[in-house]
Amino acid sequence: MRALFRILSLLSIGVLAHAADGDAILRADCAQCHALSGSAAGTLEALRARKAPDLFYAGNKFRREWLGKWLQKPARLRPTGFIYLDYLKKGEKADIVDAASLTPHPALASAEANAVADALMKLRTHDDLIAKEKLEPGTISRAMGEMVFDKFSGCLACHLIEPEYGGVTGPELYTAGARLQAEYIASLIRAPHAWQPKTWMPNKHLSDANIVKIVRYLDTLAKENARAQP
Amino acid sequence: MRNLKYTLLALLFAAPVTYAKTPASDNYALYCVQCHGLSGNGKGVNIRDMSVQPRDHTDAKAMAGRSDAEIFKVIKEGGLAIDKSVQMPPWGDVLSDAEITDLVAYLRTLCQCVYGASK
Repeated sequence: MRALFRILSLLSIGVLAHAADGDAILRADCAQCHALSGSAAGTLEALRARKAPDLFYAGNKFRREWLGKWLQKPARLRPTGFIYLDYLKKGEKADIVDAASLTPHPALASAEANAVADALMKLRTHDDLIAKEKLEPGTISRAMGEMVFDKFSGCLACHLIEPEYGGVTGPELYTAGARLQAEYIASLIRAPHAWQPKTWMPNKHLSDANIVKIVRYLDTLAKENARAQP
Repeated sequence: MRNLKYTLLALLFAAPVTYAKTPASDNYALYCVQCHGLSGNGKGVNIRDMSVQPRDHTDAKAMAGRSDAEIFKVIKEGGLAIDKSVQMPPWGDVLSDAEITDLVAYLRTLCQCVYGASK
């Protein structure tokens, strides 16, 4: 009987040891590069000192399901690294990314990835900005969406809308509809500097109608692109 | 004497604003280089699929064709404000007027030109 109790105890310790603690992983590992609390960089100097995107509003930004999958298989989202300027060099025809200088994001095992995703979803310092966005569900054709995104708004200059088509100093957007919450996309387009005061994402002062069209367009792109689902 | 006192007080309060400006070269590096290039020659990392290529800031002839006021306007309000490309964004939300004025002067050092003539 005593032996059985000991075995059960050992088993429960084993289970506890393997139950991933998302908060602990965030503090021990993720915090080495990402800010998990505080406020966004208010000066260029502070921004340039950042090693990776801020995560204290991760729960306002990401889709939970995407996070859990991406953390297990973290494909690069920013073709030129986080702060693009740190990874550029002059090329023959134009500046190019110094690929050797980019560092890959660590991958997590399934249990850890999901625990971290849960912990990240609790970080919501910008409920205020999200609450301002009122989006009605709807769809837009790829052609019409691209017209607004590129011809009317110029977003293609910095963002990829296909794996090999578009600009590269912003995050790729053909996966954004699966990665990001719709309200976050709308808010970031409307007021990028409310999220990051010194970001190189410009405020193009788009109308409410065009912001909605771009949100729906990114959703269309993600549904059409297999890579959007990690 | 009273005026002097107010002038000194005004300078005291104005000073921190002056020092808070980011140098034009740093602003250029973060906001402009992505399209206009590390050398300012319009060959930025983003240009491959652009329908309109960014301005070459080292082109003295082309840059001499734009007044400082026009350059200020295009930086602050974007390409559409001077009937140019929508791909040139407005930077007025992230750069102060003083920083944009400094950027105009910085561009004049890149092109080695003034409005109407190259140096």
